[in-house]
Amino acid sequence: MSKKQIETLVGLFVLLGMLAIFFLALKAANLASFSFDTTYPLLARFDNVGGLKVGAPVKSAGVTVGRVASISFDNKSFQGMVTLQIDHGFQFPTDTSAKILTAGLLGDQYVGLDPGADEKNLQGGDTIKMTQSAVILENLIGQFLYNKAAEAPAKEGSGPK
Amino acid sequence: MAQAREATGATGGDSLVSIQAVTFGYDSRVVLSDVSLDFARGKVIAIMGSSGCGKTTLLRLIGGVITPRAGQILFSGVPVDTADRAALYALRRRMGMLFQFGALFTDLSVFENVAYPLREHTQLSEQMIRDVVLMKLDAVGLRGAAALRIAAISGGMARRVALARAIALDPQIIMYDEPFTGLDPISLGVTANLIRHLNDATGATSLIVSHDVEECFRICDYAYLMSGGRVVARGTPQELRAAEDPGVRQFIRGEPDGPVRFQYPAAPIAQDLGVEA
Amino acid sequence: MSEALAELGRRALAVLGILGHSAAFFVELVRTAPRSLRRPYLTTVQVHAIGNRSLIIIAASGIAVGLVLALQGYITLSRYGATESLGLLVALALARELGPVITALLYAGGAGTSLTAEIGLMKAGEQLVAMEMMAVDPRIRVLAPRFVAGVISMPLLGAIFSAVGVMAAYVVGVWMIGIDAGAFWSQMQDGVDVIKDVGNGVVKTIVFGIATTFIALYIGYECEATPEGVALATTRTVVVSSLSVLFLDFILTALMFSTP
Repeated sequence: MSKKQIETLVGLFVLLGMLAIFFLALKAANLASFSFDTTYPLLARFDNVGGLKVGAPVKSAGVTVGRVASISFDNKSFQGMVTLQIDHGFQFPTDTSAKILTAGLLGDQYVGLDPGADEKNLQGGDTIKMTQSAVILENLIGQFLYNKAAEAPAKEGSGPK
Repeated sequence: MAQAREATGATGGDSLVSIQAVTFGYDSRVVLSDVSLDFARGKVIAIMGSSGCGKTTLLRLIGGVITPRAGQILFSGVPVDTADRAALYALRRRMGMLFQFGALFTDLSVFENVAYPLREHTQLSEQMIRDVVLMKLDAVGLRGAAALRIAAISGGMARRVALARAIALDPQIIMYDEPFTGLDPISLGVTANLIRHLNDATGATSLIVSHDVEECFRICDYAYLMSGGRVVARGTPQELRAAEDPGVRQFIRGEPDGPVRFQYPAAPIAQDLGVEA
Repeated sequence: MSEALAELGRRALAVLGILGHSAAFFVELVRTAPRSLRRPYLTTVQVHAIGNRSLIIIAASGIAVGLVLALQGYITLSRYGATESLGLLVALALARELGPVITALLYAGGAGTSLTAEIGLMKAGEQLVAMEMMAVDPRIRVLAPRFVAGVISMPLLGAIFSAVGVMAAYVVGVWMIGIDAGAFWSQMQDGVDVIKDVGNGVVKTIVFGIATTFIALYIGYECEATPEGVALATTRTVVVSSLSVLFLDFILTALMFSTP
């Protein structure tokens, strides 16, 4: 095989390989939505971060606007401190609230932002004041059982009189 | 020492390659012990001996592929064994080696094989390389086979191609490792003539390692006979034919029995066959 | 008893010797690699021999694995009503693990053995010594180009395997089984991270490429210069390469994918 032919075939092979990598990166992974935009940090304290993981999305109205950058424990307030990196293109009022929600019934947890009505916006480094912790299944069950137990004597009371 | 000086005088002219008191071996086995040989410029010198006497090892020592435990090898006055890689490569460019089975590059054609050293070590244009390659192939009688693949040529032809490759850079010394082994009579004659002819035409030194006494004597100017890692005889073909040492005579004449016994050491045959003597 | 212990000691020392010798060989390979790139055509020819020739088997295996993953994955996912995650399942499995590992194993069996046999036969035919005698360094002209070609080819082959596998899974999942195409891709895109999944997969293939090519070249270079020696060497290449790939995969997976 001539030198030219070999070089052409090798070039084709390398091209195929690069196409495969791009396919995987763009079509199969999240490169398309991988923005290199600069972000600004917002802090939020939660009583319980539940199963929230670093890298989880931050969504508002269901649309991803940022990512969870870090989760740490605030030893003074004994709360979980979450740092969110929000895309520069999105601004939120200072009275925005943050909730830890679950995607689907058993899915991964993410941070949901409910915008407030204030005219001023949160700046980089600001703390979100209103937060709602994650729903802990054990607490939910405990609450349910407690409610059930509280209902029963009332019913008995109104039963056989 | 005296032996070495005597050898220089005997072969005439100054020596291109000088092996001085070299000892070489692997772990427990000693292959060469305290051997000294000289190879004069422009001569055809044969190194003969039975298999395993250390002949091929000598060629590898001269080429710097292996280094001796003791002694020195000088190529044109420069020590081969102590040279660093770049200097060693510079020395090797002045050597040409013909391996026993050619050692041609099987993935290249005949032409490409001969062109290989030219492409590696010269800046010649393609046109010039083509001319030189065809001339070298012509010298060995294979100019018409230039386009053939290595798999398509016979053993004898392969060796001639290897020879063309070995002389591509017009080396000062051409080393032949068993060039006559396994050739038919015609190829034998062709090879022997080529060796002598090339030597005279280029003024190079030719070193032949072989155990074919007749062919060597036909073309060489001087010969060394080795046995058991030592040089046991040296001289011109006439001198060696007239030698009186029984071991030398047995080898030169090809006698089946002599100092090298025919029978492997064994008990008496009567004992082995169970016949009471 | 003492004889057995002595034998064990000898074996252990021999293994240590081989480890040291092969480490020196590896260092030389890496050192001479840049110099061989001065003649890029040598490396190009090797990429053709190694990469292009492996292309068909890698692509075919990729399709097969993708198909099978989709079928098997669907059966299990439908139990939990999560069949729309099929794309995600296949993409993660391929990009993170199956792509790099299966490609490396196939590569070791195909290209690896051919490298070993080629170097071994060149050694047997005294071609390497002949090169040395012609003042050409066989490490730069013969070994390094093959090493560089292997390191270049493996990531490309691995990517092709995974990409083809995903496409085959799409064919099975969407066209044959009837999963929603939109869900197939969106779940996948949502869950597969470029750096963590695809990127780590590529890193794995590079590491496997270095390891398998080095092993193939070393075993070929050190094998006995006889037909039996070469045959033994090719078998050894497959065994050692495969075990190394699996072992390295374990280490890399632990490093890359363990939860923080």
